[in-house]
Amino acid sequence: MIDFTKKAGFNLIRRHRAERRFQWTGRGAIAISLLFLLFMVGSILRDASGVIRQTQIALVVDLSVENIDPADPASASYGGLVKSSLRNMFPDVTDRKDKKRLYNLASPEASFEIARMVKENPELLGTTQTLWVTASDDLDLYIRGKVDVSLPERQRRISDAQIAWVDVLQSSGNIQRIANWMFLTNGDSREPEIAGILSALVGSAYSLAVCFALAFPIGIGAAIYLEEFAPANRLSDLIEVNINNLAAVPSIVFGLLGLSIFLGYMGLPRSSPLVGGMVLALMTLPTMIIAARASLQSVPPSFREGALALGASPVQAVFHHVFPVALPGMLTGAIIGMAQALGETAPLLMIGMVAFIVDIPDSILEPATALPVQIFLWADSPERAFTEKTAAAIIVLLIFLILMNLIAILLRRKLETRF
Amino acid sequence: MVANSINISTPVRPMWGDRIVVSILATFAGVAIIVTIGIVLSLIFETIQFFGKVPITDFLFGLEWSPQTAIREGQVGSGGAFGVLPLINGTLLISAIAMLVATPLGLTSAVYLSEYASKPARVWIKPGLEILAGIPTVVYGFFAALTLAPFIRMTGGQFGLQIASESALAAGIVMGIMIVPLISSLSDDVMNSVPQSLRDASFGLGATQSETIRRVVFPAALPGISGALLLAASRAIGETMIVLMAAGLAAKLSLNPLDAVTTITVQIVALLTGDQEFDSAKTLSAFALGLFLFVITLCINVVALHIVRKYQENYD
Repeated sequence: MIDFTKKAGFNLIRRHRAERRFQWTGRGAIAISLLFLLFMVGSILRDASGVIRQTQIALVVDLSVENIDPADPASASYGGLVKSSLRNMFPDVTDRKDKKRLYNLASPEASFEIARMVKENPELLGTTQTLWVTASDDLDLYIRGKVDVSLPERQRRISDAQIAWVDVLQSSGNIQRIANWMFLTNGDSREPEIAGILSALVGSAYSLAVCFALAFPIGIGAAIYLEEFAPANRLSDLIEVNINNLAAVPSIVFGLLGLSIFLGYMGLPRSSPLVGGMVLALMTLPTMIIAARASLQSVPPSFREGALALGASPVQAVFHHVFPVALPGMLTGAIIGMAQALGETAPLLMIGMVAFIVDIPDSILEPATALPVQIFLWADSPERAFTEKTAAAIIVLLIFLILMNLIAILLRRKLETRF
Repeated sequence: MVANSINISTPVRPMWGDRIVVSILATFAGVAIIVTIGIVLSLIFETIQFFGKVPITDFLFGLEWSPQTAIREGQVGSGGAFGVLPLINGTLLISAIAMLVATPLGLTSAVYLSEYASKPARVWIKPGLEILAGIPTVVYGFFAALTLAPFIRMTGGQFGLQIASESALAAGIVMGIMIVPLISSLSDDVMNSVPQSLRDASFGLGATQSETIRRVVFPAALPGISGALLLAASRAIGETMIVLMAAGLAAKLSLNPLDAVTTITVQIVALLTGDQEFDSAKTLSAFALGLFLFVITLCINVVALHIVRKYQENYD
């Protein structure tokens, strides 16, 4: 005789074990995805931390009248002043190659910084001053211990002689580390130590402004039409299918559209935030329409019926009674759409917003770049210092995205009315 | 006396203002169609020009991709080779890796979220996964190119494997993680729409929860889930930044995930950034690639959306 109860009991233990395994697989899958997210953000944060502070080097600069003409201070050779001050600190450096290495301790930007200080403080003229100027990125990396000194000299960007000089400077207190505001206030540069993201940020802001100005009204209009007025016919169906499909079209295809129609056919200025914003608007339009429709659907029909019963026309009913109630939801959707647009890169590459932009663009017609494109450009640079800049720019981008999503969530919480 | 002056039989005056407003709104809605037509027209015109220079059969069946533009007249190899197959090969290889990563992760996450997770856990985990979808692709590209690819290369080196620094594997894995939330949230919705009565019946027959999910809920949700997987695949095929930064430019026919391959999207960017004359075969080929990409993703999307919608209606 077979003991069925016993067999079923063993079976049950096996089945319950399978049950637990199954549950843990699910937990494991979620954990893998979330750990990946943590690891990715963590590694980027670690890289970005190097940008928080920058290294400065103290130069004793002779601003006497022989060097700078008080009548026209801009004409002086500030580069020469930087060099001579470095030479004075290390008088025993005579070899031409060595001198060049010595000059490389200061950033090429140092001469402009001194010129700016003199321009802003004319009373400095005729005196000898100790001025703090930006150090080169190689020096900065060495000070922060990011240079592997055990490597052979030829494999690192900072030579033994330079290390010796930096050590002397450091022990005499001629090197300091200060908060790096330049990263937020400068434009792009070939020199990583002074490269900043302001030009890219402004480019992104202009593009998003254009994008919002186009996509928000059109998206709301389309949503109101489809939700409130569209007759149930083939054409309305076609529009709906179109919107859903547009939402899934690869972003680079929108870039091709912008390239051939906005740039090629309409002749709008290449690389400009205007065209960038227009392309982004086409991309975010489906998101906005879908969000706005969901928001309109959540308004109870009694609002419309009440208005109509009191003699309002259908348009009055919608614009006076339904639209104001649905607006917060529409705005929420719009902000989420804008957050998508802020992170979009590929279509902007197509319309030429990959330019090397130093100056802050003044208008939506000037060549500009955008924050994600700047990240892409810097990620391509081989220098270690640019890798850190890239990571820091990513963090800034993520902060903006988090802020936008937070605003959307708060807006929803605050203004949403449940019926 | 006032009441008498109101004539109820006066016909309602036509509401011109209303009509104008509604027609403006209709025009806005029509923008969606205009955009689609714009995409198709802009791609088709350039593509026709391209096929005037390069035969369509060479494009569709060519085994070599090396777009060149003649610098001077009659240069050797000036025509270049415009065979799209190596690009399709690379695109499919990377997308396949991405789907291999994303499908198990996405589906098991969805099962856990829809069937097991408690309400508070759901409230935290779901947005957590959705953060993955909200991170810009350029960030994934940076991570793939500067952290994951060197790591894979180093690990492979320890086992004596030769791995290209721009391997398909790094790009594919990162892309897979990126599309996990797409799969998990769509499948989650689909599984939630499976009626509770099916589950209850299964429990009533003595099945454990995992047996119910595997034998009842999952098969019932399968059409919708396949739609979700198709949408994810179309997303992977059209993805640009990750592959641009982490995969290479070398077009070759290879199924080895450790090789460097290139994709359709990477080539479009490579062909169109920088200055070149507008009507050279090289530039025009980018639009042919764009049209190809658009048609493929459109077909997948139409099928996927159709499946998802049809399935949702079944249980409603």
